[in-house]
Amino acid sequence: MIGRLRFLLQLTHAHRIARRYFVTNGFDGALTMMGLTMGFYTAESAVAAPVVIGACLGAAVALAVSGLASAYVSESAEREKELRELEQAVVTDLQDTAHGQAARTVPVLIATVNGLAPLLIALFIMSPLWLEEAGVALPLSGLESSLVLSFLSLFLLGAFLGTVSGRFWLASALRTLVIALFTAGIIYFINT
Amino acid sequence: MSVIKRVVLDVLKPHQPNALEFVTALADRHSGCVIRITVIEVDEKTESTLLEVQGDAVPYEEIVDTIKTLGASVHSIDEVEVSSAEPVRD
Repeated sequence: MIGRLRFLLQLTHAHRIARRYFVTNGFDGALTMMGLTMGFYTAESAVAAPVVIGACLGAAVALAVSGLASAYVSESAEREKELRELEQAVVTDLQDTAHGQAARTVPVLIATVNGLAPLLIALFIMSPLWLEEAGVALPLSGLESSLVLSFLSLFLLGAFLGTVSGRFWLASALRTLVIALFTAGIIYFINT
Repeated sequence: MSVIKRVVLDVLKPHQPNALEFVTALADRHSGCVIRITVIEVDEKTESTLLEVQGDAVPYEEIVDTIKTLGASVHSIDEVEVSSAEPVRD
């Protein structure tokens, strides 16, 4: 089963697309969570923890569903089009071939990656909020810890991109961190 | 009963899987066969190839099924080498 999936990914080069989607939507998820937590952190009056958790969780679920649906719809359409063009080129029905199977399976795989990436990163960023709510002692407040984790997530995504592209990972990681800090600065400026 | 020792097929295949992945997939599914591929012509979306399969008993039908599964099609059988079985002695 895993060997078969690996073959289909190899056949369509979908692992590259999945990696791109993972970074793109993971970046969306991390930056959205950073924006939300920064917004709550700089708000004039303190917001109750359940409200913060509810808002962040709502955004995380919406990002996941959006990633899942948008990637599935667009990838299915792309794969069907490619399959039709290939069928015309080889003058054969390819529905029962590896290409046909890939056209049906790969959109599901890519959509799963695109949906899970922002959800898992968002849950990771939200984890201090839950821990604080559960009474676990943290070195910083829940919101501050979430902010640190959001910056860390974006830094790691940048490092991952740098490694993939073969460039210096730290330069790439610092670039995404600067984007995050710039965004945080804008939110801080607006809210204060 | 005769067995196929070698067959050369004219195969039209998509660019993916590439020649290496294509013969590897064939070899993985048909152990005991030596498979060689030569790309003759490259078009926008397809490649015309010559596929040579050698073995003690080449399973021709299964080979053709695998070729189809990989999205390719056999255009013609260009060369065949068949060996007759040893005569039965009393």
